[in-house]
Amino acid sequence: MPDAQDPLEPVDPHQAVAPAGGYGGGFDLAAADAQILEGPAGRAQDGGPLAKPRSLWSDAWHDLRRNPIFIVSALIILFLLFIVIWPQAITTQDPLKANLAMSQAGPSAGHPFGFDNQGRDVYTRVVYGARASVSVGLCATIGVVLAGSALGALAGYFGGWWDAVLSRISDIFFGIPVILGGLVFLSVVTNSTIWPVVGFMVLLGWPQVARIARGSVITARQNDYVLAARALGAGDSRLLLRHIAPNAVAPVIVVGTIALGTYIALEATLSYLGVGLRPPTVSWGIDISDASNQIRNAPHMLLWPAGALSLTVLAFIMLGDAVRDALDPKLR
Amino acid sequence: MATSPDLVPTPAQTPADPLLDVRDLHVEFRTRDGVAKAVNGVNYTVHAGETLAVLGESGSGKSVTAQAIMGILDTPPGFVTRGQVLFQGRDLLTMSAEERRKVRGARIAMIFQDALSALNPVLTVGEQLGEMFRVHRGASRKEARAKAIELMDRVRIPAARDRVRDYPHQFSGGMRQRVMIAMAMALEPDLIIADEPTTALDVTVQAQVMDLLAELQREFTMGLILITHDLGVVADVADKIAVMYAGRIVETAPVHDIYRAPAHPYTRGLLRSIPRLDRKGRELYAIKGLPPSLLHIPPGCPFHPRCAQARGRELCRSDLPALLPVVGGRASACHFWKETLGDDNAAADRAGA
Repeated sequence: MPDAQDPLEPVDPHQAVAPAGGYGGGFDLAAADAQILEGPAGRAQDGGPLAKPRSLWSDAWHDLRRNPIFIVSALIILFLLFIVIWPQAITTQDPLKANLAMSQAGPSAGHPFGFDNQGRDVYTRVVYGARASVSVGLCATIGVVLAGSALGALAGYFGGWWDAVLSRISDIFFGIPVILGGLVFLSVVTNSTIWPVVGFMVLLGWPQVARIARGSVITARQNDYVLAARALGAGDSRLLLRHIAPNAVAPVIVVGTIALGTYIALEATLSYLGVGLRPPTVSWGIDISDASNQIRNAPHMLLWPAGALSLTVLAFIMLGDAVRDALDPKLR
Repeated sequence: MATSPDLVPTPAQTPADPLLDVRDLHVEFRTRDGVAKAVNGVNYTVHAGETLAVLGESGSGKSVTAQAIMGILDTPPGFVTRGQVLFQGRDLLTMSAEERRKVRGARIAMIFQDALSALNPVLTVGEQLGEMFRVHRGASRKEARAKAIELMDRVRIPAARDRVRDYPHQFSGGMRQRVMIAMAMALEPDLIIADEPTTALDVTVQAQVMDLLAELQREFTMGLILITHDLGVVADVADKIAVMYAGRIVETAPVHDIYRAPAHPYTRGLLRSIPRLDRKGRELYAIKGLPPSLLHIPPGCPFHPRCAQARGRELCRSDLPALLPVVGGRASACHFWKETLGDDNAAADRAGA
C-alpha cells in the first residue's frame, strides 16, 4: 500500500509556531492565559502525532488500508467490476454462440474451461455472467439501502403512529420466506431483464435495513447535539439530514455491504430455480442449473460458474466484515 | 396558585416591560408509571441586561422550565399543561411551530452543560458555527466561514483561522464551552439560557468561562438565565436568584440578600451545605432525606418531610405555602419565613421590621 508510514510524517506547524492569526478583540490577559493553558500544548495532546483533523471516515479508511482482508476482497471486487464493465478485455468470444458439435467437450486450446451442453464456451459465459450477478447485487443493495434507511430513519425520528405502522409492515415482510416468495412472485413475471429480480429483493430486503436505520436514528437523536441544534433553531429536515444521518449511517453501510454478497447468492438461487433471470441473459445461476443434471458427464460445466459465484460472494462478505470492523469497532 | 410577586428590578436601569415573563408555568411528564409533575406553577421575569440565576437540585424542574421556554421539550412524554411564556410581550406557547423555530437561536439561544456532547462530533466547529448563519440568515458557505472565524475570535479562541476546521474532540473542555457560547451568541440574541454552563469544567476554566459570558452579556445587554446548582458561580454574576424545589420556586431574592439571610429553610440548607474553609474539620451540613419523587409530591409544603423548621407542624403538612413577598423585594414560600429569617442573627433586625 502507498504511504503506509504517513502517520509519523506530518508535522503540524502550530505545534512549533505561535498562532499567526490575530485575537480579534485585541490582546488581553484572559486570552493570554487561555493561550498558555490550552493553546498549542492542548492541541498537540488532542491530535497526537496526526494533528490533522480526522473524522470517522478518515479513521475508518486508515484502519481499512491496514486490513489484509479488506485488501484481498477489494482487489477481487475491483477485478470483478473491471470485467463487468469490459468483459471483452479478457475474452473475445460471444457467450451466446453455440456449437453443438462441441457439446460438453472438455478444456482445449482457446477454451480453457471447456464447453457446456449447447457447445457454448464456459470461460466466456463465466466472464459475462459476472455482469448479471454484480448488477443485480448492486442494484438490489442500493434499492434496499435507500428505501430501508429512508423509511427506518423517518420511523425512528418521528416515532408515534408512523413508527408503529412501519414496524408492523416490516414484520409482515420479514415473515415471508424468501424462496417461497420468489417462486410465487417471480413465476408470474415474463420480463427477462434484471429488474423484476431486483424489485423482488428490494421488496423483501428493506425491512432489515429499516430496522437498523430506525435503531441507529433513535440512538443518534437522543444526543445532546441534536437537542442543541434544535435549541438553536434547526428544523426537522436539517436535524435529520445534517445532524442525525451522518451519525447514524455507519451501521446501515455495514449491513448493506454484507447484504450485497447475499443478494448475489440469492440471484443465483432464484435463477437456479428458474424464477430469477431468464435466458438469453447470461447468469451463473442459470449455468449452474443447466449443469447440475450433467454433473457426472461434465463436472467442469458446474465447477467454473459455481466457483466464480462462491468467490464473488466471499469477496463481498469479507469486504462487509472489514468495513464493519473499521466503522464499528465495538462489534469486533 | 399564588399570584406572582414581580421581582424587583435590578439596580441597573431596565425598561418597565420584562424581556421574558414566565407566568404560572406547569409541565408534566406522562410516563408509564404515572404523571410526573416536573414544573408546578413557576413565575419569573428577566429584563434586558439582567441575570437571573435559577438554583436547585437535580429534578427540581429548573432545566425542564428552560426546555419549556425554548420549546424543546420532548413531547410526548413532556407536556406544558398551563401557563404563559411571554417573550417581548408575545406568548411563545401559542406561536406556530415555524414561528417558534425562528425565535430559537435568533432571539433566544441556549448553552448546554456538556459542550462535548452538545457539539456534533462529525462536523467541524466552523461548520456548526456557520450553520447558525446558514439556517437563519441564508448566508453562503464562504460568508458563514468568515462569520465563524469572527465569532471564535470574539470568544477568544486562539488561532481561530486555523482551528475553524477542527472537530469538537480536538478542543479542550474550556475551549469547547467557548465554542458553545459563540454558537449561542452568533445571532446576538436578546436572551440566553445557560443550563449549567460550567458544571463540566474545572474550577479555573469555570471562572474564565463565566467572565466571558458576563462580559458578552454586558456588551449586548442580553437577558441571561443561569441555571445551576453551584452557589459559588451564582454570587459573582447574578442579579437575582430563584431557588426551585419540586417544580416550584420557593424563594426569590436579589443575589446578596439571599446569602446574608435566606428566607426559606431549603435555601438555608443549601447555603449551610457549602464547604467552608473556616469550618475546616467540622462535619459538613447536609439536608436530610431525598428530594420527593415527582410522581408523589407530598401534600402541604413539598419540603416539609426534610425541613428542620417544620417539626411536625400541622400547617406544613396540610397547606401549600404560596410564594409571597416578604421583606426587601424578596419572596418566600414558607409559612414560617419570619422564623427562618429571624433565627439568623445578622438579619434579625430587618426581619422584625
